[in-house]
Amino acid sequence: MTQPARLRHGGRIHRDRPVTFSFNGRQYPGYEGDTLASALLANGVHMVARSWKYHRPRGIVGAGAEEPNAVVQLGEGSRTVPNARATQVEIHEGLSARSVNCWPGLEWDLLSLNGLISRLLPAGFYYKTFMWPKSFWRHYEHLIRKAAGLGVAPAERDPDYYEKYNAHCDVLIAGAGPAGLAAALAAARSGARVIVADEQSEPGGSLLYAREPIDGLPAVSWLRRTLAELATFPEVRVLARSTVFGYHDHNFLTIAERLTDHLPEDRRRGPRERIWRVRARQVILATGACERPLVFTNNDRPGVMLASAISTYTRRYAVRAGRSAVIFTNNDSAYATVLDLLDAGIQVAAVVDARERPQGPHFEAARQRGIRPMTGSAVVDVRGRRHVQAAVVASLGTDGTALRGTDTTLIDCDLIGVSGGYSPIVHLYAQSGGRPLFDEQVAGFVPGPAVQPQRSVGGCRGSFALADSLREGYEAGTAAARETGHDSAATLPPGPGTLERHDYALRPLWRVPDPPGHARGARQFLDLQNDVSAADVFLAAREGYHSVEHLKRYTALGFGTDQGKLGNINGLAILSQALGQDIASTGTTTFRPNYTPVTFGAIAGRDLGDLFEPIRLTALHAWHLEHGAEFENVGQWKRPWYYPKPGETMHEAVRRECHAARNGVAMMDASTLGKIDIQGPDAAEFLNRVYTNNWHTLKIGQCRYGLMLREDGMVMDDGVTSRLGENHYLMTTTTGGAARVYAWLERWLQTEWPDLKVYLTTVTDHWATMAVVGPRSRETVKSVCGDIDFEASGFPFMTFRDGAVAEAAARVARISFSGELAYEVNVPANYARHVWEALMSAGAPYGITPYGTETMHVLRAEKGYIIVGQDTDGSLTPQDLGMEWIVSKTKDFIGRRSFSRADTARPGRKQLVGLQSADPTLVLPEGGQIVDEPEWSAPVTTTGHVTSSYFSEALGRSIALAVLQGGRSRTGQTIYVTLGDGRVAPATITDPVFLDREGRRQHG
Amino acid sequence: MLLITCPWCGPRAETEFSCGGEAGIVRPTAPDTVSDAEWADYLFMRSNHRGLHREQWWHAHGCRRWFIVRRDTVTYRIDGIEKLGAAGEAT
Repeated sequence: MTQPARLRHGGRIHRDRPVTFSFNGRQYPGYEGDTLASALLANGVHMVARSWKYHRPRGIVGAGAEEPNAVVQLGEGSRTVPNARATQVEIHEGLSARSVNCWPGLEWDLLSLNGLISRLLPAGFYYKTFMWPKSFWRHYEHLIRKAAGLGVAPAERDPDYYEKYNAHCDVLIAGAGPAGLAAALAAARSGARVIVADEQSEPGGSLLYAREPIDGLPAVSWLRRTLAELATFPEVRVLARSTVFGYHDHNFLTIAERLTDHLPEDRRRGPRERIWRVRARQVILATGACERPLVFTNNDRPGVMLASAISTYTRRYAVRAGRSAVIFTNNDSAYATVLDLLDAGIQVAAVVDARERPQGPHFEAARQRGIRPMTGSAVVDVRGRRHVQAAVVASLGTDGTALRGTDTTLIDCDLIGVSGGYSPIVHLYAQSGGRPLFDEQVAGFVPGPAVQPQRSVGGCRGSFALADSLREGYEAGTAAARETGHDSAATLPPGPGTLERHDYALRPLWRVPDPPGHARGARQFLDLQNDVSAADVFLAAREGYHSVEHLKRYTALGFGTDQGKLGNINGLAILSQALGQDIASTGTTTFRPNYTPVTFGAIAGRDLGDLFEPIRLTALHAWHLEHGAEFENVGQWKRPWYYPKPGETMHEAVRRECHAARNGVAMMDASTLGKIDIQGPDAAEFLNRVYTNNWHTLKIGQCRYGLMLREDGMVMDDGVTSRLGENHYLMTTTTGGAARVYAWLERWLQTEWPDLKVYLTTVTDHWATMAVVGPRSRETVKSVCGDIDFEASGFPFMTFRDGAVAEAAARVARISFSGELAYEVNVPANYARHVWEALMSAGAPYGITPYGTETMHVLRAEKGYIIVGQDTDGSLTPQDLGMEWIVSKTKDFIGRRSFSRADTARPGRKQLVGLQSADPTLVLPEGGQIVDEPEWSAPVTTTGHVTSSYFSEALGRSIALAVLQGGRSRTGQTIYVTLGDGRVAPATITDPVFLDREGRRQHG
Repeated sequence: MLLITCPWCGPRAETEFSCGGEAGIVRPTAPDTVSDAEWADYLFMRSNHRGLHREQWWHAHGCRRWFIVRRDTVTYRIDGIEKLGAAGEAT
């Protein structure tokens, strides 16, 4: 297969490594080293997309991240990549790509009809038209989405993996063009630790196609020599295919390194991408500049390209972008392209220069080769629909806003190279917190003062000459290294040789006057991806969208995958002209990360599935697994939920477990409860301040329940604390609240009460805790523990004893969260399984039954015991919960003062109550809202909601807890719980304690 | 992501810390003697300062010490770090 537009010589492609790829279903040849764009151009394929609104044919415009048209979907299935820029995709054997925006097809496009009615599709069209009728929006939206194109995300799970890498360096350099490499060289020679990241397949930037020599060598020779020298420094890393996409606070930058996408699938090894999270002491931004288009009628036709892109394709990829070119410029840089075309044997049909008197070194060189530009002129229109056929040239008036007359010249060509000057890529500078300033000489925004330890050099600072880039880079590299303590500048070898600085010599031309007989700004495109024309900007300005942020959202200027890298500046300038203000006061839209799109895979990295969040397992987890437990997530813990026997439903299993706990003996793994060891002479005083009840009276060997409030008086946690010694306590917290409570206690100790001598240690994982529950629990524990007196008189409720359980050192406490006689056996976690199995054996004669959290919930709800976070939601006081009995009236504690706040003290607050549904088999839905009347229609005032609801095995009926306005005074009344399907269920308000109100069982 | 110099451990990434908000909020020593308005001020009202701001930070995934950071809320520049005094936050 031949590549008709491939030049015979030159370029950095590997002609000995041919590659076959497919585009829109057709096979094409290319070479390793090609981008998808360069390979398509080599095959004569220019038209690659349809524009999203008018569906006009669109071609490749640029050669880098700024490309607005050549947006493709890569590959198929789970590895497909949407919205890749063909200019940044390296081809490899087997690559398949298709245009994302050409439904139903690129060649024959139904929707190009939109182009014929474009006068009906102005800016804001969708807002204005599809607003009515309101209910139709979802139908419109579906159609618009489909018509608007852009890629589709893979539906399958991503088979690849991605990594993150944390790194530190003295100097991070974004961009490995001439400025970045000169900076790297200086910093490396100074001895600094350096990372240089460049988004392209190889470092070099503009050196890969530059004409000028450095130190008397061709630019690519200097590049090779520089990279070789950098490779000798062990503390210097040069990353290719690595985009610095975010600049965050305190010199924290993120880099996306693409590791395998450039390889055929069978040669891919390791992670697909890697995110570098770099903390740099100094940053050098050398991100270069982006050439901007000129705005003239039909400037979107395939075959209209950036002049620098033509140079890139010619010199770097050995591709002829056309046979006969017209170059249209307002500055000197495009004459380098003219010379490149002449060198490659491509005809230059005309050079159209907006300036009256062209000047500059490239112009002089071109003049010596016989180029005579049409000066003071502009390309005002383009002939040809699917490809450029001719340029229409006219003479500009003196101020550039009107034509000199109505005469035009038609110049046949198949390529129009445009250069409207360069826009410094200030994205990273702006992300760092800086505010770009408008520079008249550059006619663009340049970085203002640095706000972080950072320097901008070269093109991104508005210094477009190679010599300036090299010099600035070298100086910045030296200075940045010095500031990180690497000062060997005195012995540095000389930097790259400098050339004479030359002037950019630009005449600003933001909008070419309309050709005779055309409407103002129509089909003069600013944003090719979003089909925004100069006329849209005029319309927006007329309708009052004067802020650039409003302009952006009204017209879509600057959205999409390219984020306005090409066209934004022209749009801002035209808006400024329309409003009669200068560009500086119009300003820019906000530059946000990411500079170019980053895949979700890379952002997620390994933080997926089991690695998304830590999973905490108790020491008994293996036993639970072996015994068929179903698990539930409680915070980060996996807790046994219930233990179904073969063929048993959850409901049946829970009833069996409940029955065992109330009538025999049952055992639960309670190890997940938070445990905080509290020591120090002021420990009791500390507890007194953080709990609502009195702790000075607790004796060694006793346990006490405590309720912890926030300072606003609302319940935040609860648990039992035991006094282990004179100055030693062990606090337990809820499973989910452990970390929060620990942080809370530390904060009060350190910031408010540093005078208290108290020390906290989290010991949650040190202990395994087994709750042995039920009338036969005493016999069970006693049979494996010989050194504790289990008589009720010697070992009363809410006390603990130290002893040996199954020969393991244990602390056994009489604590009950079920209302039953119960023992909580605590042993060092390493003994957990041994002791658990010993207790299972000991309880076997009584039918000991392991139970999970569901049964625990049923048992505690039967007793009206709350779960903080389920029955409370951060808006309930102890009084709301009917727990006045635990609130001291004789001391201060956190939250107490708030009880007398107007809102906390008002009547009619929600209070905890019990509910019994009229139908005893109906388990009311948790979260079900409560209404006072059975007949209701929305909107309705709800007076409360169900917080806990279960079927009680012990009572043989359903029970529920709820919070209800003024609930306690309403005992006996009937309310109605909404079931979520329009129906309600009547229920009677009861006391929240359903079983053994006197507490005989647990004291037994 | 901020780089915060813990006075005990040295410079560490922000992800190791949690921010406790405005520093210098003093709990009334005798809560019963303050009005509801004063109590509400202590409970809820924060200055939302633009510019240099003193705030509490906790080295949650490190030494677990609380300390004070002086930070510019506009530029995020950290101006200084203070250990808590012997009398804690109130000093």
